[in-house]
Amino acid sequence: MRDAKRVLLTALVGAAFLLLIDNFASGYHKYLIELMGIYAILTVSLGLTNGFTDVFSLGHVGFMAVGAYTAALLTFPLEKRPNYFPELPEILKGAYLPYPAALIVGGLLAAAIAFVIGFPVLRLRGHYLAVATLGFMAVVYSLLLNLEPITRGALGISGIPEYTNIWWIYLWLGLTIYVTWRIVDSYHGRAMVAIREDSIAAQSLGIDTFRYRLMAFVIGAFFAGVAGGLYAHLITLIDPRAFSFVLTFNVIIMLIVGGMYTISGAWLGAVLFTVLMQALKPVEESTGLYGLVELIFSALLVAIMIYKPRGILEEELPAVVRRWLKAGEKPERS
Amino acid sequence: MVSATYILDLFIGSFVLGSMYALLAIGMSIIYGILRLINFAHGAMLMVGAYFYIMFLAMGLDPILSLPLSMALGAVLGVAIDFFAYRPLRGGPELSMLITSLGVYIFLENLVRIIATPQPRVFPLPEFLKGVYRYGDFSVRVIEIFTIVSTLILFAALVLFFTKTKVGIAMRATADDLEASVLMGIDANRIIMIAFALASMVAALTGFLWGGMYGQVDPTTGFMPGVKAFIAAVVGGIGSLTGSVLGGYILGYAEIYSVGLLPPEYSGLRDGISFLILIIILLIRPYGLFGREVERV
Repeated sequence: MRDAKRVLLTALVGAAFLLLIDNFASGYHKYLIELMGIYAILTVSLGLTNGFTDVFSLGHVGFMAVGAYTAALLTFPLEKRPNYFPELPEILKGAYLPYPAALIVGGLLAAAIAFVIGFPVLRLRGHYLAVATLGFMAVVYSLLLNLEPITRGALGISGIPEYTNIWWIYLWLGLTIYVTWRIVDSYHGRAMVAIREDSIAAQSLGIDTFRYRLMAFVIGAFFAGVAGGLYAHLITLIDPRAFSFVLTFNVIIMLIVGGMYTISGAWLGAVLFTVLMQALKPVEESTGLYGLVELIFSALLVAIMIYKPRGILEEELPAVVRRWLKAGEKPERS
Repeated sequence: MVSATYILDLFIGSFVLGSMYALLAIGMSIIYGILRLINFAHGAMLMVGAYFYIMFLAMGLDPILSLPLSMALGAVLGVAIDFFAYRPLRGGPELSMLITSLGVYIFLENLVRIIATPQPRVFPLPEFLKGVYRYGDFSVRVIEIFTIVSTLILFAALVLFFTKTKVGIAMRATADDLEASVLMGIDANRIIMIAFALASMVAALTGFLWGGMYGQVDPTTGFMPGVKAFIAAVVGGIGSLTGSVLGGYILGYAEIYSVGLLPPEYSGLRDGISFLILIIILLIRPYGLFGREVERV
């Protein structure tokens, strides 16, 4: 009951904020906040695999791309298809879904792919897994470039209807956070953390490590796919370059700087990244030192790894706030 | 149709590309063997090495002097990176070093972008490497021969170094068991320093060869070769010198022949093919062709 009240309260406060932003923020700032929400969906869902389950995946953006292209194709106006995609396979010529359903189908397809590649890839550990998932990402990238009948190759798909607005994004962000939280805060989540801390010990306690790794991987991929769909209908133009290594690294940086072992850390990373990016872009442009932003972010990443390897938020935000409120009392050691 | 000369051209092309992958993979393997770190930043060392060479040329130095100087400077940079970025993380989780090396890669790429502008630079080859040998239809560039020969010589030298010299044997001991080797009186930090110096030096040489082969470099040049070398090292069995070289050649051949023999519309799948090989090899032999299985408890 207390949980339900808190969730409702958080949702109401969030909705009030969004209402203010939706009505008063300038177009550009609104756009930034929308983009930030999409990044947050990516980081929170990636946190489930990379943070909680110790499946350090570099393939998240690949799943995002799958979701983006799927959703974009499904909502693309039927009458424009013959001209725009002259070689579209028969089955896709008439496949149309309304936007919300297209988002979910995009997510489900990403999840299905995660399920299939999970069987070989999740047998690997640590570094090997990181490389193999990076490989998945590269394969998706090169397929996007080369499956021209469906993806239009390097040209990308433009003219995607602009359905995504701030409400859709934050509704999905809320869902992502809620689902991740419910998982992490359950028997399954404890099992995932146990696998992260010591997979052999977890196994000897009867936890099916493969099953939980796969579960985290598939759920993470689902939300990445949805984020892709949201992104496609926000930007209205997608091409393979949007889903390249640059975005992969950026999402990893956001997650790790924010704190990959907490949900709040994950979205905080996305917020910080967007804010810092905005603060630093003018500096970069006025000095002409292109690459300065990335330079600072990468230095930040290295510094975080050295001095605060668990990220900025080592515990969940509510716990931190509660401790602040209790300031004055002697801090407890946990 | 496919002529014999074309096949021979592909053969040389694969040998050259494979050599460059092999050189990078050797460096990655040396570092991995000792630190259990997949050094993502290794690709950036190639790019930086090429820029060092251009820089020394621009300072008016002779090419024959510029190459060893750029290799030496690369070695210094490698040691410095280890000192500032990786050393504070020793003893931490394996992944934290991998993440740090991602950060170091982005750092180096953008540092070069700021200092040397993002525009590609022409890579001037020294006169004696510019020529082309022709035999009828078939032709081969001097730089190609130079790449192949220097890779083979370097490989032989490294094998000797690791089997015959005291430092090399100490490095292998450290790779086998770091704690035990420290107990035997081996200075682990010194060994790690040597590993970084050696690996980065070879990467700088690869940068020279890469620049020479393709005629230009830009700040992103190191990314793909780095990732490919990473694959090569894993395919060959990371930590094994022979394995890395073999992995490099396998990758070089697979890439060039798949592009050369498949219909042109599939040539864009080149990078995808390397990763497919990686995934297949990892499934059959999770520790690579020459790797040894290590069970951690």
